[in-house]
Amino acid sequence: MTPFDYIRPATIAEAVAAAATPGAAYLAAGTNLLDLMKGGISRPTRVVDISRLPGLDRIEALPDGSVRIGALVRNADLAHDAAFARAFPSVAEALLSGASAQLRNAATVGGNLLQRTRCSYFHDAASACNKRSPGAGCDARGGENRLHAVLGWSDACIATHPSDFCVPLVAFDAVVEIEGSGGRREIALEALHRLPDAAPERDAVLDPGDLIVAVRLPAAARNFAAHARYLKLRERTSYAFAVVSAAAALDLDGGTIKSARLALGGVAAKPWRARAAESLLAGASPGLPAFRRAAETALAGATPSGDNGFKIELAQRMVARALSLAAAGTPARVPALPASPFSSTAGALHVA
Amino acid sequence: MAKTHITMKVNGAEVEGLVEPRTLLVHFLRETLSLTGTHIGCETTHCGACTVDLDGKSVKSCTVFAVQAEGSEILTIEGIANADGSLAALQEGFRMMHGLQCGFCTPGMIVRAHRLLQENPAPTEAEIRMGISGNLCRCTGYQNIVKAIQYASAKVNGTEFREAAE
Ligand SMILES: Cc1cc2nc3c(=O)[nH]c(=O)nc-3n(C[C@H](O)[C@H](O)[C@H](O)COP(=O)(O)OP(=O)(O)OC[C@H]3O[C@@H](n4cnc5c(N)ncnc54)[C@H](O)[C@@H]3O)c2cc1C
Ligand code: SF4
Ligand code: FES
Ligand code: FES
Repeated sequence: MTPFDYIRPATIAEAVAAAATPGAAYLAAGTNLLDLMKGGISRPTRVVDISRLPGLDRIEALPDGSVRIGALVRNADLAHDAAFARAFPSVAEALLSGASAQLRNAATVGGNLLQRTRCSYFHDAASACNKRSPGAGCDARGGENRLHAVLGWSDACIATHPSDFCVPLVAFDAVVEIEGSGGRREIALEALHRLPDAAPERDAVLDPGDLIVAVRLPAAARNFAAHARYLKLRERTSYAFAVVSAAAALDLDGGTIKSARLALGGVAAKPWRARAAESLLAGASPGLPAFRRAAETALAGATPSGDNGFKIELAQRMVARALSLAAAGTPARVPALPASPFSSTAGALHVA
Repeated sequence: MAKTHITMKVNGAEVEGLVEPRTLLVHFLRETLSLTGTHIGCETTHCGACTVDLDGKSVKSCTVFAVQAEGSEILTIEGIANADGSLAALQEGFRMMHGLQCGFCTPGMIVRAHRLLQENPAPTEAEIRMGISGNLCRCTGYQNIVKAIQYASAKVNGTEFREAAE
């Protein structure tokens, strides 16, 4: 591993100043960054360890009904916070479906949002990759690309964003609070990750030194607690990234859908909000006919980027299934196999 | 490369060392402290052989810089046996239930299972399987590892362990 200077700032202001230098990288838990550094994919000359910054590890219920999650809250702690999991069960389910206990114990909220793609050519220094070295080409285009994007991809890059957590978050209009050299600002999570267009080297709209300090879920997200699910199709039952995933949530009024939320994971370079499908569901009666129409609408613009045409129909089926599960109701406890299509909803509590 | 002085508590003992910032915790444990029970299987955060407890939580020590663990409390496989040196319930379980073959994954499995049983003293089979899903074993097919953990759970809880019919 290339040597680097290690800095442990005491305040947010010190962190932002230290990380604004070219070649600097923030280190939260390191579960993604360390592997990239070991493989020589990421070679920061300065590592700014934010893991001990004070005040960023809290989950706060705000007076307006929203909840503010500090950037350093661990994935496992958030999923197991009883009040949080009750109000936002599909977010907890998505978190518990990711990685393994050891990783969820360490991984932070900010790091999860900014984890890099799992495209294997990105991780292989011997392959051409526009994300790693702009202009080098993209070996995934003619290579193994079953798992690559079907929405929002460009000729320059067909990679997907791997996070589970981001999928329900984007469905619920999460907002990201950022501290940068110019002070504090906030943007919708939906606007954080970039589609690749001609510049896939930029995953997110952040500038050097920009520090994510918190993620907020608005009060309106609470309306879906009784009918919210995350569904994740993996090539193994556990401990694998999503081939395709879907977060579906319904606010039901008797036999009618008052409002719906829908987002997809594993299909694009960002968590993919399906707004047109949501509009179609509003006012409809819950059931397979409406769910299938929503699924078709959600994938309407999808095109294969390689040998992955199957993902389009798969994603449609996942949407219909996730909506059906949401309509059936949030299970009282997170199933023993969180988000698995093979899990019985009557499962036991999963302990990370 | 400038070195940093770090201190931490490993298996109850205060330890210190001089490390480069890029030194991984697992290398510090194995090479500086000669605690070679913690294994390195993949060094890419996948296999779980390097699992240790860091401040009461399972983590993969190949994905932590030693400097990140400064001031922490670490528990490794060397700290699992009972104070009198006799085998802990989990170690006994792995022995009685044949929970290991080559033994390479075993330290990570036991340290992970130790924490799992702290968090959930009577896990179901599905909870055990999910709980150890970050620990890969190339030999056993996991069946006897699950039994070993069930054995330990029963022993600690004073309940009877009965092997499920196969
Ligand atoms: C074997 C394995 C399996 C996995 N499986 C899954 C899975 O199924 N689903 C899933 O969603 N994830 C999975 N992950 C990924 C895991 O969720 C991420 O590694 C983790 O969330 C990253 O968090 P971290 O705190 O360790 O981030 P770090 O590794 O510390 O940082 C990641 C990136 O974010 C930047 N960063 C971190 N925090 C901030 C901040 N506050 N502000 C600005 N920049 C910041 C860092 O500079 C770095 O570029 C898996 C990982 C592994 C190794
Ligand atoms: S798909 Fe994107 S990340 Fe993968 S090799 Fe091509 S440019 Fe790189
Ligand atoms: S050696 Fe750490 S996970 Fe394999
Ligand atoms: S016993 Fe050989 S890897 Fe598990």
